[in-house]
Amino acid sequence: MSEITPFLKKLLTLPGLSAYEDPVREAIATEWRPLVDELSVSRVGSLHGVRRGRGTWEGKRPGILIATHMDAIGLMVTGVVDGLLRVTEVGGVDPRVLPYQPVTIHGRRDLPGVIVQPPESLLPSNTRGKPVRLQHLLVDTGLLPEEVHELVRVGDLISFATQPVELAGETLAGHTLDNRASVAALTICLQELKRTAHPWDVWAVATVQEEETYAGGYTSPVDIHPDLAIAVDVTFAKGPGVSDYRGFPLGKGFTVGYGANVHTAMFTALKDLADEMDLPNHVEVMPNQSGTDAYPMQVVEEGIPTAIIGIPLRYMHTPVETVSLKDINRVGRLLAEFISRLDDHFMEKICWDGK
Amino acid sequence: MDNESLLNLAPMIGAEQIALLERLSNACGISGDEGEVRTIILEQVKPTVDEVRVDALGNVLAVRKARKETRLRLMVAAHMDEIGLILVEEEEGGLYRFEKIGGIDNRTLVGKMVLVGKDHLPGVIGARPIHLQEEGDDERAIPIDSLKIDLGPGGKAKVGDRVAFATRFQNLGVSLMGKALDNRLGVAALIELLKHPLEYADLCAAFTVQEELGGARGARVAAHAFNPNAAFALDCTPANDLPSWDGSENVTYNTRLDAGAAVYVADRGTLSDPRLVQHVLDTASAAGIFCQVRQPGGGSTDAASIHRVRAGIPSLSISTPGRYLHTPVSIVRLADWQSTLALVYLSLQRLTPDVLGQPR
Repeated sequence: MSEITPFLKKLLTLPGLSAYEDPVREAIATEWRPLVDELSVSRVGSLHGVRRGRGTWEGKRPGILIATHMDAIGLMVTGVVDGLLRVTEVGGVDPRVLPYQPVTIHGRRDLPGVIVQPPESLLPSNTRGKPVRLQHLLVDTGLLPEEVHELVRVGDLISFATQPVELAGETLAGHTLDNRASVAALTICLQELKRTAHPWDVWAVATVQEEETYAGGYTSPVDIHPDLAIAVDVTFAKGPGVSDYRGFPLGKGFTVGYGANVHTAMFTALKDLADEMDLPNHVEVMPNQSGTDAYPMQVVEEGIPTAIIGIPLRYMHTPVETVSLKDINRVGRLLAEFISRLDDHFMEKICWDGK
Repeated sequence: MDNESLLNLAPMIGAEQIALLERLSNACGISGDEGEVRTIILEQVKPTVDEVRVDALGNVLAVRKARKETRLRLMVAAHMDEIGLILVEEEEGGLYRFEKIGGIDNRTLVGKMVLVGKDHLPGVIGARPIHLQEEGDDERAIPIDSLKIDLGPGGKAKVGDRVAFATRFQNLGVSLMGKALDNRLGVAALIELLKHPLEYADLCAAFTVQEELGGARGARVAAHAFNPNAAFALDCTPANDLPSWDGSENVTYNTRLDAGAAVYVADRGTLSDPRLVQHVLDTASAAGIFCQVRQPGGGSTDAASIHRVRAGIPSLSISTPGRYLHTPVSIVRLADWQSTLALVYLSLQRLTPDVLGQPR
């Protein structure tokens, strides 16, 4: 198993729903503190770590921002009925994967519980045999109704509580590997950079609220003013339910995003480097917007040349997301090498139509 | 016997009994492959019983003789098997097709972690990401054909391996949560009963196999072997006591949590012996034990086969109410389990040849 596994597993056991990322942010900060020169928290809660470059420049030293969102999808309490909770979603949740998932309810104290599907006789008669809608699912804490009414109120958050598990072929399954897998990859990058001189400033950023509003992706570049930005996020792996071009083989390399959300020169630079390093990779065509932090970052202020690296993951937005540790390591190495090669001529390559 | 002190005689559920339940709940014993649970049962009962053996189907049959004099032979059956899955075909890359064993709603399978085979290899049952769903997908339950057990690339198991849900037991204070509480609650209670010999009856304990497959096949041969004067099935039954979606009265609750042991009058498989129903309800009221009559209707227990064995055996089921049985996670109340154990014990203790001698 990879050296990053214990840290990644720890990230998967910490809550951090969109807009409430504090618990996971603290764990990331602890890991990053020895790897960066300065750490700060943005006004919306994103974590910024900077490693200062060694290069000497006439003006401001150029910088690159690597964004990995740290927020998780989950649920929120909308009502308490007879000691059971009614819920809505935070981020895009498929109600069909919810029945009988273990959860933690963040009430006046953290309570274990389980999402349940009421018996058919208690549901609308025209939904027999169909997936139970989110508004009809309940959460049971096993507590007596009076205790529940004391400890839980509308607006309380609910996190998935599935424990991560290592599967065959150096893969890891659990909830919220979207996108803590990428946080782990960025951490590997920082570890590598500690052993390497790099002329540019490197901003490692764990963004907030990607699953809801991209609030982190829109705001961190304003604080940082990077010259380049890369979003690292998970993408679809081939497997049950995914067989077409939108999926990539699990554990057989990362993806380099290509499309309107990516600066073509950035794509080429990353793709060429990956090939040169013999790191297995795939071109991921993104016909429209990418659904990553690259989408907001590209249009911050006067615009930023942006790229996207994807880590293939099975069963996205379920509590059994599955990812390859090999792919995570490969992304960490690619990023570190890319960053260490950034010099005073690199920006000349970032142009359109070869000019 | 003095009724006042009746309840004090009943065995109690404490930390030791809950710890045993935790082991039993976390053990995997899918119908037809109950070995892991059988091992725990044998280890637990051997020191206390007068006779124990494993029969041709894998039932554990144990006898604890009467403390004073044998006037009756009373059977208590608790099934040790649980619902689960079985691998039926290997596909590429550590993926396996599977079928269900026992009554499972397909809608409860998606996105679950599972344990495969005797080595408890971890696996997951994944689903198509919500981002790639097509119009109308959310209106259709995912067919079992498109669900796979994923052991990870290169993961190896054998076709025929049984698969259990990976749920870990949790003690929530007033409640207990875990997989297979149906019927490890009954198994743990029966193990406890064997530590408390009856005064005037031999206790014939049958830890049965294959109850969840229908037909209560393990119980059938166990009852034949024991040839008891009467039999109790000790099981779990659904507590469908949730609020209805539109706030209308829930009239099909089956049983309710916190209402005590559930006594059966009739289910799909058994019309309980009326003399035993009266005897058990009398016992509950004499000893002040919380109990409820389960709403007559569907479902069945080991009693379904026991009452038709040989020339007929007077039979009755007593269950602990539990929410979400036959899913990966059930929730029961500790107090209901205690009531069930006390009611079964005192009903056995107070049962006399006279009760069974009445006309039915």
